[in-house]
Amino acid sequence: MESRAHRFRRNIAEALANPVLQANLSKAKGKFVEKRAQAIQELDDFEATREAAREIRDRVLANLDLWLETFEANARARGATVLWAKDGNEVSRLVVEIAKRHGVKKVVKSKSMLSEEAGLNQALLAAGIEPVETDLGEYILQINGYEPPSHIIAPVVHKSLDEIADLFARTHRTPRKTEIAALTREARQVLREHFLTAEMGVTGGNFLIAETGSVALVTNEGNGRMVTTLPRVHVAITGIEKIVPTLEDLSTLMRLLPRSATGQSISNYVSVLTGTKNPAELDGPEHLYFILVDNGRTRLLGSDYQPMLRCIRCGACMNHCPVYQTIGGQAYGWVYPGPMGSVLTPLLLGLEKAHDLPYAATLCNQCGVVCPVKIPLPELLRNLREEADKRRLRPWRERLALRAWAWIALRPSLYALASRLLVRYLAWLAEGRGGISVLAAAPGWTMGRNFPAPEGETFRTRYRMRKRGP
Amino acid sequence: MSKEQILAEIRRRLRRPQESLQAAQAALEEALQQKVRGPMPALPPDAQGLRERFLAQAERHASCCERIASIEVAPWAVRRFLDARGLPRRAVIWPSLAELDWQGAGVEVAARAAQDADLVGITACFCAIAETGSLMLCSSPQTPATVSLLPPTHIALVPASRIVATMEDAWQLARAELGMLPRAVNFVSGPSRTGDIEQTIVLGAHGPAHVHLLLIESA
Ligand code: SF4
Repeated sequence: MESRAHRFRRNIAEALANPVLQANLSKAKGKFVEKRAQAIQELDDFEATREAAREIRDRVLANLDLWLETFEANARARGATVLWAKDGNEVSRLVVEIAKRHGVKKVVKSKSMLSEEAGLNQALLAAGIEPVETDLGEYILQINGYEPPSHIIAPVVHKSLDEIADLFARTHRTPRKTEIAALTREARQVLREHFLTAEMGVTGGNFLIAETGSVALVTNEGNGRMVTTLPRVHVAITGIEKIVPTLEDLSTLMRLLPRSATGQSISNYVSVLTGTKNPAELDGPEHLYFILVDNGRTRLLGSDYQPMLRCIRCGACMNHCPVYQTIGGQAYGWVYPGPMGSVLTPLLLGLEKAHDLPYAATLCNQCGVVCPVKIPLPELLRNLREEADKRRLRPWRERLALRAWAWIALRPSLYALASRLLVRYLAWLAEGRGGISVLAAAPGWTMGRNFPAPEGETFRTRYRMRKRGP
Repeated sequence: MSKEQILAEIRRRLRRPQESLQAAQAALEEALQQKVRGPMPALPPDAQGLRERFLAQAERHASCCERIASIEVAPWAVRRFLDARGLPRRAVIWPSLAELDWQGAGVEVAARAAQDADLVGITACFCAIAETGSLMLCSSPQTPATVSLLPPTHIALVPASRIVATMEDAWQLARAELGMLPRAVNFVSGPSRTGDIEQTIVLGAHGPAHVHLLLIESA
């Protein structure tokens, strides 16, 4: 997928100025948050489970090469073919090759963020192969001209029922329906036909299990099961970091993933798929391919950013992010939005291509608190900010201002004087009204709110007076 | 080759001293042997308690539950259910259930993989999980995966003796009884659903819209 992360500022302005998007976003606000909070309470020991999950993910990352080799050997022993891809282009090339080898004309896909990273749909189309997205949300995006997703769990969270009703009537040439159940039924009928006729299914993978060489798929709609049961060929595309050691470890993570994502105690379907169909079996694919993808992930190993590779893609961080809630997911410009995207996108694509993203956070640490694998997202964001500054990627005014501030802050008496002057100046600007409506130095900031006026004394002055006593 | 390049890059980045490689390999083998469990939820210690927990959780996922005395009466329970729903007395079943007296109950069954036109699919289960109210279905020539997937209505026979506490217990049972994992293990927790449009839950996305559980008390 082409990245638009470098024009983040423009994306934000557009998102904020779009009244339909703003209405849809405020409607969605809070739903996932409430459900998650309830589901977490049901867990007897959330913190201990969370710590165990972190430990599992760290244990794998510490010896990722060995775990990958174990996975590969066990997957092969059951008849799967294991392929490796350095980047998105290689993923696309491999999938097209597999499709051609098996005479595939149509591919049904269940949600895979990695296939978005790779721009797989475009590659399939270019090779004359029809891709069909089967997750309802992804399908809606596909028939809307391959619109990019705005959330990793709920890809059309930014769209209203009205927009979807129009889209279905236009695309399916059916009378316009306004009930969500009727739209879902219509999609079921249209997609059922595709499930039955496609020769190949492409999925992502929530986890790869080293012990058994299996892939675990978690879905609610059942499209993941369809895609891996009906077509002759199944291709699972996953990042190299998705490994867990054992089925027990999978069970631990499954206590956290659905709860953190949608607030469910378990998703409707958890499928653990191993190897190819036995000849006596009446259904299931005859060929199974795994594509293990790097696409920038190895760069994170051994660095300060290694904890980011623990991510299990639950989406909790974005559901709890005030910035995400306000600008929506598409503004982030690439596959991954919200706090995890603001860390991952610059790391996978290069900081120079997305150095605005780490600033799209208030560092309130809601994301850090909810993350089921304890990724210190605010810390990683701060690291990236520092790096962007060091590599001189930020605008010169910002760098100059920071340098000036640092210079003054290191000189206490100068700092005291400067802050006294500033406080007086601001109080004069406010003219006793308690708030300043236009700040010349930051007009954007005061566009939607007032800057609270200081009361005329600095903290240090007050502190000194307090100590002296009344 | 991408594989060698990726693995070499991982090793370079991990900067693991040569001596610790052996220790790492040993730790890996041990983890695979030990299969250590994470923190376990508090669940009822007895079979009765697990059964109630299973039923309560299954109902939360919008499965309907009915208790029947024995597996022999299952075809009659199925017939009652189909009649009550106004469905034809016809179903696709797992070949493993072909021995039951469907004919006696007047239900026409086909023991095969499911097809698009099938309205009702009947399966048993490998086991059921009390913690989450889930069925564990294992694929095999006798238990094709499509039967629980394509038809809009899925009926599952759940022997009470096959209810285990957790997913971990289910894996343990599978290792003991099956040796290796079957091609497809599916944990099914209620009818398929989607919340993609305005976060409103609709049942019956791509899989069944109804899941009816027949809990067999004596089995
Ligand atoms: S960073 Fe944490 S909270 Fe965000 S998607 Fe990944 S696992 Fe979930």
